[in-house]
Amino acid sequence: MAYDASDPTGLPGAIPITIKILIAGGFGAGKTTLVSSVSEIRPLRTEEMLSERGEFVDSLEHIEQKETTTVAMDFGRITIRNDLVVYLFGTPGQRRFWFMWDDLAFGALGAVVMADSRRLADCFPSVDYFERQDIPFVVAVNCFDGVQHYPIGPVTKALNLAGDVPVVLCDARRRDSCRDVLVTLTEHALRLLNRGQAEHRLPVG
Amino acid sequence: MQPPDSQWVDQDAGPVVRPYALTGGRTRPVGERFDLLALICAVRGVKRDAQELEPEQLVLLRRCQVPTPAADLAADLDLPLGVVRILVSDLRERGLVTIHQPTRARVTDTQILKDVADGLRRI
Repeated sequence: MAYDASDPTGLPGAIPITIKILIAGGFGAGKTTLVSSVSEIRPLRTEEMLSERGEFVDSLEHIEQKETTTVAMDFGRITIRNDLVVYLFGTPGQRRFWFMWDDLAFGALGAVVMADSRRLADCFPSVDYFERQDIPFVVAVNCFDGVQHYPIGPVTKALNLAGDVPVVLCDARRRDSCRDVLVTLTEHALRLLNRGQAEHRLPVG
Repeated sequence: MQPPDSQWVDQDAGPVVRPYALTGGRTRPVGERFDLLALICAVRGVKRDAQELEPEQLVLLRRCQVPTPAADLAADLDLPLGVVRILVSDLRERGLVTIHQPTRARVTDTQILKDVADGLRRI
C-alpha cells in the first residue's frame, strides 16, 4: 500500500490524511457486503475487557478473573490519493458492542446507516446514536435481491429523521451503488460543514 | 467451536480469548491513548536492542518505516487492535516510534471533503 515514502524525515508534509467513515445498521442489513463491494477489505479484530463494559458491570461483579472478548470488524480502505485514504469501519450492531462506538466515531467524517425496509426498526438505535453525537449520516435502504420492498417515501416517514438527512436506495452488492452512497454522505457532510461555518461566522477555509 | 456456556460467543464475536500474552498481561497502553487511525512512524537512526523487543514489535517497526495507521498495523499483523495499541505504546516509551494523532476531532476542511467526494466518484 501506497503511502508516499518519498519524505524519509517523517515531517508533517509526508503524513497522509486519513478519513474515517462508519457503516452502521442492524444485523444482516448489508454492512459487510457494502464494505467489501466498495473497498479493499481487510481482517480486523478488536477486543475489550468485559469488565470495562459499564452495562455489564453488575452481572460480572463476582467474576474475579478478567476476560476479554474478540470482536471481528468490517474494515475497508479506499485509496483516493497517496496522501488521502478513506477507511470504512463496520460498527458491530448489537447493543452489547456499543462500548466500542465512541472510539470508532471519534473524528469520523460521517456514517452510513444501512437499513432493511422489512426490519426498519433495527436501524433506529444507529440513527439515535448519530443524531445524539451530531455526526453527519445518511440512511441507505438496502434493496435485497434487487427488490425494493417498500417505496422510499413511507420509509423516510417511518424513520422520522430530523432535518435533511438523505435517505437513499442502494444495492450493497454493487460497487457503483455503494460508491454513490458514500458520495451522498460526503456531500451531506460538506453541506452541514458549510452551513455550520456560515451560522457561526467562522472563516471558510 | 462455541463453548456452550458462553453468552459472549456468536457469529459476531469470536471466542473468549486471552490475547494479552504478548503484552505481559497488561491491558492498557502506556501513556496517552491514541486513535485507531493515529499514524505510527518509526523513528530513524535510533539504536534498538532487538533482544528486548517482541518479534511482533520488530515487525511493527519495519512496517512503520512509512507512517501507518494503527488499524492497518492490526490488520497486517493479524493482532487485535488493543494488543497493537499496547505494543506500539511500549515502542513510544522507548523512543522508537512517534504517534501522530488525527489533528481534528472532526473533518473541518471543506477542500478535503471536496477532494474525498471527487475521489469517490472516480472509483
